[in-house]
Amino acid sequence: MSKIKNYDAIVIGGGHNGLTAAAYLGRAGKKVLVLERRHVLGGAAVTEEVFPGFKFSVCSYVVSLMKSNVMRELMLPKFGLELLPLESTLTPLDNDYLIRTADADQTYREIARHSKKDAENYMRFGPAMSQIGMAVRPILETIAPNPIRPSLSDISATKKILDHVKSLTSKQFEYLTKLMTMSSADFLDEWFEYEPLKATMAASGIIGTFMGPRSPGSAYVMLHHYMGDIDGAFRAWGFQRGGTGAVSMAIARSAEHFGVDIMTEASVAKVIVKNGRAVGVALENGDEYNSNIVISGLDPKLTFLKMLDEPDLPSDFVSAIKNFRIRGSSGKVNLALDALPNFTCLPGDGHHLRGAISISPSYDHLEKAYDDAKYGNFSEAPFMDIILPSVLDPDMAPPGKHVMSCFVQYAPYHLNGGWDDQKREDFGDAVINTIARYAPNIKDIILHRQVLTPADLESTFGLTEGNIFHGELTLQQLFSLRPAVKWADYTTPIKNYFQCGSGTHPGGGITGSPGEMAAKKILGIWR
Amino acid sequence: MFYENKFTANTQLKLSPFFERTSKLNESQEWRRWAGHLAATSYELTHENEYFAIRTKAALLDISPLKKYIVEGPDSQILLDILVTRNIAICKVGQVMYTPWCDEYGKVIDDGTVQRLSENKFRITSAEPNLEWIESNSTGMDVTIKDDSYSTAALALQGPNSRAILNSASSKSLDSLKFFWMMDTTFKNIPVTISRTGYTGDLGYEIWMDPKDALTIWDILIDKGKTFGITPTGLHALDIARIEAGLILLDVDYISTRHALIEARKSSPYELGLGWAVKLKKKNFIGKMPLLNELNNNSGWSFVGIEIEWPGFEKHYRDAGLAPGLPSTAWRTSTPLYNNNQQIGYATSGTWSPLLKRYIALAHVKSKYAKEGSELMFELKVEHFRKLTKATVVKTPFFNPERKRSCPK
Repeated sequence: MSKIKNYDAIVIGGGHNGLTAAAYLGRAGKKVLVLERRHVLGGAAVTEEVFPGFKFSVCSYVVSLMKSNVMRELMLPKFGLELLPLESTLTPLDNDYLIRTADADQTYREIARHSKKDAENYMRFGPAMSQIGMAVRPILETIAPNPIRPSLSDISATKKILDHVKSLTSKQFEYLTKLMTMSSADFLDEWFEYEPLKATMAASGIIGTFMGPRSPGSAYVMLHHYMGDIDGAFRAWGFQRGGTGAVSMAIARSAEHFGVDIMTEASVAKVIVKNGRAVGVALENGDEYNSNIVISGLDPKLTFLKMLDEPDLPSDFVSAIKNFRIRGSSGKVNLALDALPNFTCLPGDGHHLRGAISISPSYDHLEKAYDDAKYGNFSEAPFMDIILPSVLDPDMAPPGKHVMSCFVQYAPYHLNGGWDDQKREDFGDAVINTIARYAPNIKDIILHRQVLTPADLESTFGLTEGNIFHGELTLQQLFSLRPAVKWADYTTPIKNYFQCGSGTHPGGGITGSPGEMAAKKILGIWR
Repeated sequence: MFYENKFTANTQLKLSPFFERTSKLNESQEWRRWAGHLAATSYELTHENEYFAIRTKAALLDISPLKKYIVEGPDSQILLDILVTRNIAICKVGQVMYTPWCDEYGKVIDDGTVQRLSENKFRITSAEPNLEWIESNSTGMDVTIKDDSYSTAALALQGPNSRAILNSASSKSLDSLKFFWMMDTTFKNIPVTISRTGYTGDLGYEIWMDPKDALTIWDILIDKGKTFGITPTGLHALDIARIEAGLILLDVDYISTRHALIEARKSSPYELGLGWAVKLKKKNFIGKMPLLNELNNNSGWSFVGIEIEWPGFEKHYRDAGLAPGLPSTAWRTSTPLYNNNQQIGYATSGTWSPLLKRYIALAHVKSKYAKEGSELMFELKVEHFRKLTKATVVKTPFFNPERKRSCPK
């Protein structure tokens, strides 16, 4: 670690987007320093050996849509990116199951067991979503233009998008409009009738949001998750060997390859602002580092309300950031297991354990889980997205043992009476009881359990309110409105202070996209 | 999800000693022919998991269809040294050498490995039958040559966890077994020979055994390998891995001189990127003079790795309103390569590398264009129309992990 105290750029937060931005700036020849508060890199994309021999992707657990050009330009496969396929989705039911696999005919047959109509529509749904993906992608890959007093580049970006929208077919336009506005339940009702299928598909519309499947706007979140499915053989969606932390480490190694300095256990207290310009950062330990620019990979609340002093910012902007919706709605339960769970509906350790396991038997199950949260309780019977990383990558657990990752919704950040140790355990019990309904042996095989409430996600990972996306993916805070109007192009009201986290366009998930686009925006300014 | 399988058709193809197991594991019931045998194409409905087993866990492949010959006797080293292009005199007992062999014009007949089993005993593996060729070159020598193809069964265990699995099955540790060396050991008192070789370019081993022990050895490996992610793997996955490793395949990347109808179909080792395996300092070997001559006058053709560049490739598909159409399996259709609208070569096999996230291929190009970094145009069909897209000559192997050669400390 060099002792340079003057950098071209300092990145606050060694999450995957911060590291991505740093790597791009390093690649362009800039001298960059990344400062990470924790002892490990990766932010929410982190692997930790929480119990000896058991490795957990503690928070974020699958790679949704790592951008192909980011992988290529940062040479991530060379530095350790290895995405393994997650081939199936199993929905266990009380006396049956639904499974969708990588084989289209098998999937057809499995859905047809429940509904022939759905099975056929499912074959049309994939291509339709793929067309939508093609339609949305250019928008996601454009730096969100400022609609208010637009600059020349804003105008050209807006024109590009309008031209693109004009090129859409009427079907694409129809689906796009519906996905932007409808609830995932309403949207899916137009296609399917079998409840477990609809509920499982709708579940991707609630992940990371404080909404139920019947809440308008949830369809967009579903689309956000579907973007990972359109790349075919490229496979941007999958399980990273070694856990999601290995994605962050690949980006970190790439950044170091490009000359970036990375410091862990270096907690930034404040951005130093002089005459309305960011000029460096001050650490909690009193050290100061100077730089031409400062980039925050933190969420908008921390980026503006913690790293800066309010008087430095315009008051309307401060209120916009304060109103930015970042309600945490999910928890994470990581289990170290002595053996594999045995699902009553599909006993034994077959291929079905290699994919996602979704606890989403019906809309009502999801909506009731949401109802609990709406009134300040965690869900008694939550929705869960479960994977067994050790089945895909045996190195995640000691030989013969397993790890299980359960993404759990809902767990409201603002719990009645607040979160405490007892409530954390109660929440953990609700999760285990829900799993036990479908895999009764679960209670006998748990060696250790790690329960993370939204409060834990906030204190451990610095995710305000425990929101995994740095702010909900709802229409009023997307694109040119993410995180606030006029400041959606990675700039901020403070000169030389930029933002590159998931709270910026195009949002959350392990995509590398905000980090990449922020760096490209910055490099455009530098040029 | 599973249906009972009641196939009863007899086959005219030879069955491997492992067929009893592989046939019951092959869920896709997809088979290919390999040297007259039934060989699994992929055990699952898609081969992706098997491919990733090679790269991240351990893949178990039945390689019994390989042709195998035992050459034994006081003159065995002399015979092999004349037969192949590598220097067999320096091959120690327990060592393995990969080598091509040529006809008297220096054109490649086949390629394979030579294992030195003892001072005067060797095993040759090859893709095609070679008994007659070996015998005809042994006139007057004190050797016996035996077709070992059906008397030795073989498995490949390839992937980062392969060593750990073998260590848990073997009476002796494999920790000090070096790349391209072999050792004798036992699994539950059954003798096996293990060579640290393979066709994947990864950490991996090949296990040679008496066919009567085949099923027991298979069961031991599956049992010991379970916790290490052992995965029965077919030829679809292997084909991707071998291209990533830059390893050539007879009848795909080149044609044996023995059945090339015209001169242009023949290749010298230099033209196949195997110049490193031609030891011209050896006193004599079949094809030496023409190869010496070729080295002095430069080969007309070279064999290279190319990468089809993503931005241009993606653009062709985007222009057609499609997501990039990557091949899901390795292809082996000869594909033209151009420079300035002149065809200057052809790719013989290619694949999307799921691990490297790069579209790669192996290609014959005129030597002038073989330099690393040379830009070529690759012919691509997008929606039935031919397009040209940029490709670059890159170094092979495309994938070359440190674990392939390293030993545990």
